[in-house]
Amino acid sequence: MNNLEQICDFVTECAANAGLDESEVYAVQLAVDEASTNIIEHGYGGECPSKIDITCETLEDGLKVILYDDAQPFEPTDVPEPETNVPLEELKPRGLGIFLMRKMMDEVKYQPTPDRGNTLTMIKHHAR
Amino acid sequence: MNIKTTDFKRCTVIKTSGRIDGSNAQELAQALKAVIEKGIFNIVFDMSEVNFMASAGWWVLVDTQKTCKPRGELVLAMVDQGIKDSLNLVGMGSYFNTFEDIISAVGSF
Repeated sequence: MNNLEQICDFVTECAANAGLDESEVYAVQLAVDEASTNIIEHGYGGECPSKIDITCETLEDGLKVILYDDAQPFEPTDVPEPETNVPLEELKPRGLGIFLMRKMMDEVKYQPTPDRGNTLTMIKHHAR
Repeated sequence: MNIKTTDFKRCTVIKTSGRIDGSNAQELAQALKAVIEKGIFNIVFDMSEVNFMASAGWWVLVDTQKTCKPRGELVLAMVDQGIKDSLNLVGMGSYFNTFEDIISAVGSF
């Protein structure tokens, strides 16, 4: 978890270089942070070291971020959608990470790697 | 994580800076819990120097709000635009009153 800031710094630089504006950069930061936290907490069960490889690719119209892990295969459809806009007392802490990633990014795709691990691809287009 | 609390007559202001994510959200939770354990339920979270908040941090604020209400309230002051936008996007913005400056936030109690 202590490397989350380092991950964030890396994607921030990539997002800025890809021409994303301030709010788009924040969206990428948040999506990648939520994805990394999920991989560490749920994929690796909080164990150290939790290996995550991240690559960023500048696209003509934005940024592609790919996260690779060696954790257990992950099935995003198993995660229930969070309830939003419900009274405070009924709000339950669940599933917000994936929901946020989908809201923040234009494309989010999970693929299990054949032997072990997962590949998460996320794309953010710039508005202009 | 450096967390500072300042007691006022009707509320306590809690302030930290930088990032709040899965690595340090529990430190914030402990600090807020310590305020509540003193019997203070009117809390201002000064976010003027917080530039990033992941959902781990939001859950801390939601849990605190659940504990504070109805005896008091957690209000947010000087929230970064990116944080505000993402809170609103998932419908969590409505759980908190927000203020553009600390004086207004403290004065709301």
